[in-house]
Amino acid sequence: MIRDITIGQYYPADSVIHRLDPRTKLVGTLAFILSLFLFRSYAAYLVATVFLAGVIRASKVPFKFMVRGMKAIVFLLLITVVFNMFLTPGEPLVRIWKLTVTREGLELAIFMAIRLTYLIIGSSVMTLTTTPNQLTDGMEKGLRPLNKLHVPVHEMAMIMSIALRFIPILLEETDKIMKAQMARGADFESGGVIKKAKSMVPLLVPLFISAFRRANDLAMAMEARGYHGGEGRTKMKPLHYQKRDRAAYLTLVVYLLAMYGAKRIAGF
Amino acid sequence: MSIKLEHVNYIYSPGTAYEKQALTDICLEFPDGQFAGIIGHTGSGKSTLIQHLNGLVRATSGTVYYNGEDIYREDYPMKDLRSRVGLVFQYPEYQLFEVDVFSDVCFGPKNLGLPKEEVEKRAYHALQQVGLKEKYFKKSPFELSGGQKRRAAIAGILAMQPEVLILDEPTAGLDPKGRDDILDQIQLLHREQGITVVLVSHSMEDIARYVERIVVMDKGRVRFNDRPEKVFEHYRELEQIGLAAPQVTYVMQALRERGMDVDIHAATVEGAAASIRSYFGNFEKRREG
Ligand SMILES: Nc1ncnc2c1ncn2[C@@H]1O[C@H](COP(=O)(O)OP(=O)(O)O)[C@@H](O)[C@H]1O
Ligand SMILES: [Mg+2]
Repeated sequence: MIRDITIGQYYPADSVIHRLDPRTKLVGTLAFILSLFLFRSYAAYLVATVFLAGVIRASKVPFKFMVRGMKAIVFLLLITVVFNMFLTPGEPLVRIWKLTVTREGLELAIFMAIRLTYLIIGSSVMTLTTTPNQLTDGMEKGLRPLNKLHVPVHEMAMIMSIALRFIPILLEETDKIMKAQMARGADFESGGVIKKAKSMVPLLVPLFISAFRRANDLAMAMEARGYHGGEGRTKMKPLHYQKRDRAAYLTLVVYLLAMYGAKRIAGF
Repeated sequence: MSIKLEHVNYIYSPGTAYEKQALTDICLEFPDGQFAGIIGHTGSGKSTLIQHLNGLVRATSGTVYYNGEDIYREDYPMKDLRSRVGLVFQYPEYQLFEVDVFSDVCFGPKNLGLPKEEVEKRAYHALQQVGLKEKYFKKSPFELSGGQKRRAAIAGILAMQPEVLILDEPTAGLDPKGRDDILDQIQLLHREQGITVVLVSHSMEDIARYVERIVVMDKGRVRFNDRPEKVFEHYRELEQIGLAAPQVTYVMQALRERGMDVDIHAATVEGAAASIRSYFGNFEKRREG
């Protein structure tokens, strides 16, 4: 079903990458993605490839889980490549009917494909090695300075972690209700658009009711346990940078320098 | 005429980090007209197993036969099977969605493509079968009590007039009265209409009172599959897998160990009482005679 989407699917394993502070991973991922857009050259992408491969290796997550997230964007990737290839003006290479592939277009297409692919794989590495809870914890702590500007950082993080927590629950619920209605002869597949939309009612009504019921219960349970917002709330597992995080930041700096150097020195 | 499973295996999310073998080499048969029980600890695979019986879940390997026909055959009428093998899910009240109880019960038979009068006739009949009073028919399902909702949901399946009725823990979360009412009604259905019933439960007391045969599940495998009194003889093994024989079994076993000749196979309190009474009756007679 919808479970093929890798982003947001934690892969439990015991690795250095898993143990890193979520803030380190967030900053690292962001820096990696930025570097893909800042240093546009084959040599730099070679460095990025080595770096990404190294991180994947260290994460102990099987490679096939990384590429699983790619399935969702294959179509987008294809469109990007095709448009860039044909619609970029420049020195013509091949001519197919009325369309011309230009040298610049081909290059742009290749760069775009690499960027998008690495972007998805890079963020998959983060989400596969970090539980949603750690991720929101990391964001909350990392963005805490914004509190001074009256940005409700804690509330936003709380909303996000609850939403993330509810995704698998609601997916499971959908599966269950769908099966239960199918046992009553419901048909979710055949028919035209209108018939299909109508057939969703027996699924959506119970799903909404259950979502509201769960939200209500959760709010009740939180209040019963004295939740009163972020003010003065302490953490069960407070985030502290460790030695390995310092090492990771150092590696990141080396990586960025290598990217810069590769683009500057190699020059292709 | 029966449902038959041959070497059925089922794996959830194969090929992922969350891969889970839920069923291992299940071979079972549910003959026509039998009242069977499936019991097992939480997570032993009961719900997964019963979803195979009407084709909602497709076995990873193995075959399921309904009345001798392989239901995984290319052109097998799956929708037809789902109407003949009625499956009441756990907490079925969560699947109610219509504006009133009566329309909700109509959903099943309507999907069978029956004419309106027939649909309504069946819904009416089904609601009577589960003992829901007419004053509730036009109420919103969400105005009913937990037990009444449960009955309405069961009626939703009965209205399709299935040949086999499977219920997944129909008494979960109900009070003792609601529990007995529902189980008694199911038994009545079984007796009067002769439909096959498969009752899933994790309470031995519930099961012991009603069923003719017990399938005991443990970690995705069938551990025992026999008449209740035979299964209860293994009460020590049942304890090891997180279950227990009905309490009267323990009483009767203890009495037997103390040299009283009572029936250790008595599975209900009434049966046990009768057996003890008759033992004392004989005892008195021997003393007098
Ligand atoms: N949708 C699902 N996805 C993954 N695993 C599941 C799913 N449903 C059940 N399981 C797992 O399969 C096993 C059997 O579950 P289930 O058939 O629901 O047991 P029972 O009904 O006896 O409690 C359990 O270990 C459970 O965690
Ligand atoms: Mg279950």
